[in-house]
Amino acid sequence: MNIHEFQAKELMKSRGIPVPVGRVATSVSEAIGAVAPLIEETGTPVVVVKSQIHAGGRGKGQFKEYPELGGVNVVRNGIEGGVEAAKARVGELAARMLGSTLVTVQTGPLGKPVSRLYVESGVDIDRELYLSVLLDRSTSKNIVMASTEGGTEIEDVAEATPEKILKAQIDPGLGLLDFQARDIAFGLGLEGAAFKNGVKFIKALASFAVEFDTDLIEINPLVVTKDESVVALDCKMSFEANAMYRHPDVREMRDLSEENAAEIEASGYGLSFIKLDGTIGCMVNGAGLAMATMDIIKYAGGEPANFLDVGGGAEKDQVAAAFKIITRDPSVKGIFVNIFGGIMRCDTIAQGVIEAVAEVGLSLPLVVRLEGTNVELGKQILDESGLNILSATDMKDGAQKILEATRS
Amino acid sequence: MSVLVDKDTKVIIQGMGKTGRFHTDRAIAYGTQMVGAVHPSRAGESERFEGETDHSGVPGRPDHYSVELPIYRTVKEAVAATGATVSVVYVPPPFAADAIMEAADGGIDLVVCITEGIPVADMVRAKSYVMRRNCRLVGPNCPGVITPQECKIGIMPGYIHQSGRIGVVSRSGTLTYEAVHQLTQVGLGQTTAIGIGGDPVNGTDFIDCLRMFNDDPATEGVVLIGEIGGAAEEEAAAWITENMTKPVAGFIAGTTAPAGKRMGHAGAIISGGKGTAADKIDALEAAGVLIAPTPTDIGATMVDAIAGAGS
Repeated sequence: MNIHEFQAKELMKSRGIPVPVGRVATSVSEAIGAVAPLIEETGTPVVVVKSQIHAGGRGKGQFKEYPELGGVNVVRNGIEGGVEAAKARVGELAARMLGSTLVTVQTGPLGKPVSRLYVESGVDIDRELYLSVLLDRSTSKNIVMASTEGGTEIEDVAEATPEKILKAQIDPGLGLLDFQARDIAFGLGLEGAAFKNGVKFIKALASFAVEFDTDLIEINPLVVTKDESVVALDCKMSFEANAMYRHPDVREMRDLSEENAAEIEASGYGLSFIKLDGTIGCMVNGAGLAMATMDIIKYAGGEPANFLDVGGGAEKDQVAAAFKIITRDPSVKGIFVNIFGGIMRCDTIAQGVIEAVAEVGLSLPLVVRLEGTNVELGKQILDESGLNILSATDMKDGAQKILEATRS
Repeated sequence: MSVLVDKDTKVIIQGMGKTGRFHTDRAIAYGTQMVGAVHPSRAGESERFEGETDHSGVPGRPDHYSVELPIYRTVKEAVAATGATVSVVYVPPPFAADAIMEAADGGIDLVVCITEGIPVADMVRAKSYVMRRNCRLVGPNCPGVITPQECKIGIMPGYIHQSGRIGVVSRSGTLTYEAVHQLTQVGLGQTTAIGIGGDPVNGTDFIDCLRMFNDDPATEGVVLIGEIGGAAEEEAAAWITENMTKPVAGFIAGTTAPAGKRMGHAGAIISGGKGTAADKIDALEAAGVLIAPTPTDIGATMVDAIAGAGS
């Protein structure tokens, strides 16, 4: 589960982790209203207006409506012109950014609408660093990762200069130890007050990750200011979905408008659904088999319209819901149901399909491949239903049949 | 011969809810020696299982079974009373990691955790705990372990399996069934099939299984089924290059998966351009693994791999 930058910073602030002062704005007047208090509180005449969407690369992104405008804009008008000049400029920016569509490397070409801005106090930057906490799958432990190359994608640093990446493993019982935090701060070249502040920041962030069950916290850049404080200038934070039951406050931060409506609906039925760009709708049990079904459709020359795992123990109404979600997508030209029944019985799937068809109708070609528990009963139910269902002997046969059917 | 479990393996269950009960019944029908259950508030009670024998399982049994499964308060007590060496965990996600650690502390040699949805942080702690003890964990979020016609632990349909010559190791449940079914159809059968689970933190990994199958005299070849996310397949490829003496056939799911999206399994995500199916296929092919072009070709690819190794 992802949250917005301003939410991540609120959470960090609540645990004593230094972040710049900022205010959320959903309207032009709120954005303008944020300026004077920020300048007063910090004494800094520079403010930054940041688009709040769930995607990285905002600074280098572009608004569809205003190609010359990036997703993050620094306002320096306050240096010369005082608060009124800063307010005027923030107002201009907010009027353009709010309601417009931001395209970044991570949003895809369609971009994402910006409905919220974060107006933040500018920070006097001395150095930009990188800091993150994430799971290292090869050791099954969380690690703190840091680099002197702040502002650069960590994958690029890993590729070009792997020696610049510092890592420390967090012991699951003990947490990050003091000396480990010092090692990283030394490795980042911090000295004096900045060193002390850096060690404190690193330790606090490691504790934060454990406390909140984060998947990933990435502070890029982490900045050392001219007055030697260490501050999170940007922050990307995602949480581990399985652990959200113990963080109800964080769960409330979920922004459904950032997610695909069909994916949200599917998760309500316990289905795992991801919308893709192709034309063949898929309904499968098991995540691995669902991925493999997408692959075999592609192998046969088609493109999958979705990933859909109905899970191991789906009931009839879940199958029916899955069917409805697939058929609602106008780009779907045919449906391939691929089930290897283990816990899930083939007759359950067959009944679910029939119920769904009875409710929503069936104007598209449908290929069903059943194998596993109660397979004969499942096939019999489909045969006797009188519906126009093509039966497949195996996955490859099914993929070929649905492609033939959609081409004719 | 087989690995991990055989006809003499005694198994207890932790987490006798609806799902746990259902699969305990299926395991008993198959002929698995289920010897007890652990429940902190139901000690002294027992759970009755009876029904028609699943004749695809252990041979030579009567057509009906009737078993009274005793319930113990703790794993330690269950182990002391029954001599069980294996525990299967169906405990719900918030409590599953604790159940795993209790089993490891209670003298269990092998914990098979079926539960899906355990918080990663819990598994980080549980794995670290288990590794400091003389205990092996398979899973979580896996179908389980089966040695056909001897011992079925987990949620896989028993009848698709056939005792035979191939070891199967997989990160995916239903894809394992697909592979096993094909191995049965082509007449190779399985020595043991192990689902290692789809989570980012799991106990037993590909390399552990490859090593066991390499050392098992009855196993003549291995089917390895991977998927996008992480680097477990690449690490397995490196191990195969160095150590494997038996032919390996493989399949990697997720060639068409988009980056940054979690494909059902918590561990199945391509992040920062890493963990793609293409990288994994390249690494495995470089290690001499024969990759099935589609999941329908896994059995045939294993046949080819064995034929190639013999020539």
